[in-house]
Amino acid sequence: MSKWSMVIDLDKCVACQACSIACRFENNTPAVAPDQAEMGRAMRWNDVFPMPINSMEGSGEYPNVKTQYMTRPCMHCENPPCIKVCPVGATFINEEGLVEQNYARCIGCRFCTVGCPYGVRYFNWFEPQWEAPLAEHLNPDKVEGKGVLEGPAVRPRGVVEKCTYCIHRLKKAHAQAEAEGRDFRADEYVPACVQTCTGKARFFGDLEDPNSAVSQLEKNTRSFRLLEDVGTHPKTIYLREG
Amino acid sequence: MLAIDAKDKEKIVMPLFRTSRAFIALVSALGTLALIGVAAYARQLYLGLGVTNMDRPVYWSTYMVNFIFFIGISHAGTLISAILRVTGAEWRRPITRVAEAITVFALMIGTLQIIIDMGRPDRLAFTILNGRLQSPIIWDIVSVTVYFLSSITYLYLPLMPDAAILRDNCPPDAPAWQVKMYTLLALGWRGNRAQWVRLEKGIAFLAVFIIPVAISVHSIISWILATTVQPGWHSTIFGPYFVIGAIFSGIGALFLAMTGIRKALGLEGYIGLRQYRNLGLLFLTMNALWFYFTYAENLGIAAGQQPEEFVVLAAKLWGEFAPTFWLMILMMVAAFWILVVPKLLPASVERVAVFQPRVAFASVGAAVILFALVSLSPRTPALAALSTANSLTLAWAAIIALLIFAALGVTFWLKAHPVASATIAGGIVLVGMWLERWNIILPTVTHPRLIPYAAYFPSLTEGLVTLGSLALFVMMFVVFFKFFPAVSIWEVAEGRVIEAAQSKNIMPAPEPSKTGLLRPRKFKL
Repeated sequence: MSKWSMVIDLDKCVACQACSIACRFENNTPAVAPDQAEMGRAMRWNDVFPMPINSMEGSGEYPNVKTQYMTRPCMHCENPPCIKVCPVGATFINEEGLVEQNYARCIGCRFCTVGCPYGVRYFNWFEPQWEAPLAEHLNPDKVEGKGVLEGPAVRPRGVVEKCTYCIHRLKKAHAQAEAEGRDFRADEYVPACVQTCTGKARFFGDLEDPNSAVSQLEKNTRSFRLLEDVGTHPKTIYLREG
Repeated sequence: MLAIDAKDKEKIVMPLFRTSRAFIALVSALGTLALIGVAAYARQLYLGLGVTNMDRPVYWSTYMVNFIFFIGISHAGTLISAILRVTGAEWRRPITRVAEAITVFALMIGTLQIIIDMGRPDRLAFTILNGRLQSPIIWDIVSVTVYFLSSITYLYLPLMPDAAILRDNCPPDAPAWQVKMYTLLALGWRGNRAQWVRLEKGIAFLAVFIIPVAISVHSIISWILATTVQPGWHSTIFGPYFVIGAIFSGIGALFLAMTGIRKALGLEGYIGLRQYRNLGLLFLTMNALWFYFTYAENLGIAAGQQPEEFVVLAAKLWGEFAPTFWLMILMMVAAFWILVVPKLLPASVERVAVFQPRVAFASVGAAVILFALVSLSPRTPALAALSTANSLTLAWAAIIALLIFAALGVTFWLKAHPVASATIAGGIVLVGMWLERWNIILPTVTHPRLIPYAAYFPSLTEGLVTLGSLALFVMMFVVFFKFFPAVSIWEVAEGRVIEAAQSKNIMPAPEPSKTGLLRPRKFKL
């Protein structure tokens, strides 16, 4: 079985936010109104933000000032705090290590959003809306079944959503391989943000395969994970700047 | 035909068949407030949870605070009727019904808060159909449901003989439906020996059963917070801390409710000073335990200085949550003072000039003026001199001294009015405990790890829903006691029998000593 992982090389990242935009269009994340974004209700499955996040934490004394840009998809933890607290199993980790979110099951209690230490989970405060031309060009992909609604499917109001490493692309690749009667290859599946990354800073692959790029990069001395001390064992791995 | 004492009939039974103007006015006022709350919720349901001021990272706020607060109040019933019944505290008898009613109604309103807070209330059934036993929310649903079912049974069981008494002692002009209701609820109670034995057995079993259930309810609510890894919540003492706080606020609510009932129905002959004094002692115990837990909880964070946790504590101590945090502390100290200090004073203290209400008013006024000066000083050039460290320290010391002076000033009045002072303490603690829940939920959600720190103030919708919930709670309580006796008739009658039997006991007289019966007084005070 695969164990999907993403490596983000912060040395190569130019903070262009192309990953955020690619994600938004791939996954039909609504752009909320400016006043809502001001309130902190903007949805960015893949967020790009400066570190340190809060001004009072200080980024150094002039001239030794240092601000770093972080780009942050879901960590797809091996020990996710979000799935442990979900009362209905609307969020769960699948056999390939992806933390999924089922919009047809979510009851909107927001326990997972409170439980996630990375803040990767977003809540639909209102019905999602798009401006006229955008609304006609939504991604038609979705993962659907009995009581299941996942992936880029347009979310109903009042449910939680999050980065899925583009689960619909994985399902499509699996289906394609099956239709052609051959084995699925790991390089057939890549999330939209990795595909679009301007600086080629993002790598994606199978951590179980010792020869994959992510397995090799994980051994790099620059590699680290976010908030390692909370015991979540993220599968999104970073390579330190410099 | 069950007999009833003539005095009980006049005081407890007859008001159930009279509808006063004040009752109608009160219920319509509360009903209006509740309807406004319902309208605000309907709007939220129609438009989405976005009409609240919640955002990322403030995913939980006022509704969650209300939830913990109301479920906390519900612990009044368990403490009074179960723990005191098991330990055989006789003085509980006249206030058991009030306490049990608080439990049932507070549980209803508390559960309602969670449904109001849900993004998809239409999917409530999923928690049963697809429930994951590993989630603290499912533990909570199980324990609150068990607690609700057992406490409503626990309210009903002692009500059964009372319903039979009402059925048999209705005034002739009583409305037919009311008599029918009592007949139904009495379930053919005739008061024979076999029935009494069964009832006592049932109550005794429930009383023992309900204590661990009540403790589990508030522990699990605390574990909803404590099982996350969020700074400030991930604490091992949250379980007992929340249970103590719940019982504490429960007694506060009970003080308010029993004073209201006592005043409205003129039950001074039933709910007497003995109830206020003994309940006040329990209240003090809970107050002291609450301080101990609050201190213990925050000391570890303060000493550890872990960067993520410490910012949460700093926000409470001197950051944006300092007003609510220190107001909470001030209220709890005030409640402690109100119940302790007047008892320590001799009666002759009235003659001392400090113990005058006018001193209290003057000191409070001076403290408020000084506080306004201190909080305005950095912004007003004329007061810039005040903002040096020395003068600020002096000003704060003066404010504290003035508040102590004010507290001394009202002490004698409090001593002369034990019921009023217990009620005031109860009200203060209720507000203080609501703030305590606020100070636990909000500082943590506004100070997450990888999201910018946020600010939060409730929106109008959240305010109206909160007000409506409170009004609905009071209204259910008032309407319930319009139709059911506020004091358990048979339990009080039983208490009288026990007391009469005990009063026949002969106390052994002290042995005469050589110096005579009276010992020489050592201190001439």
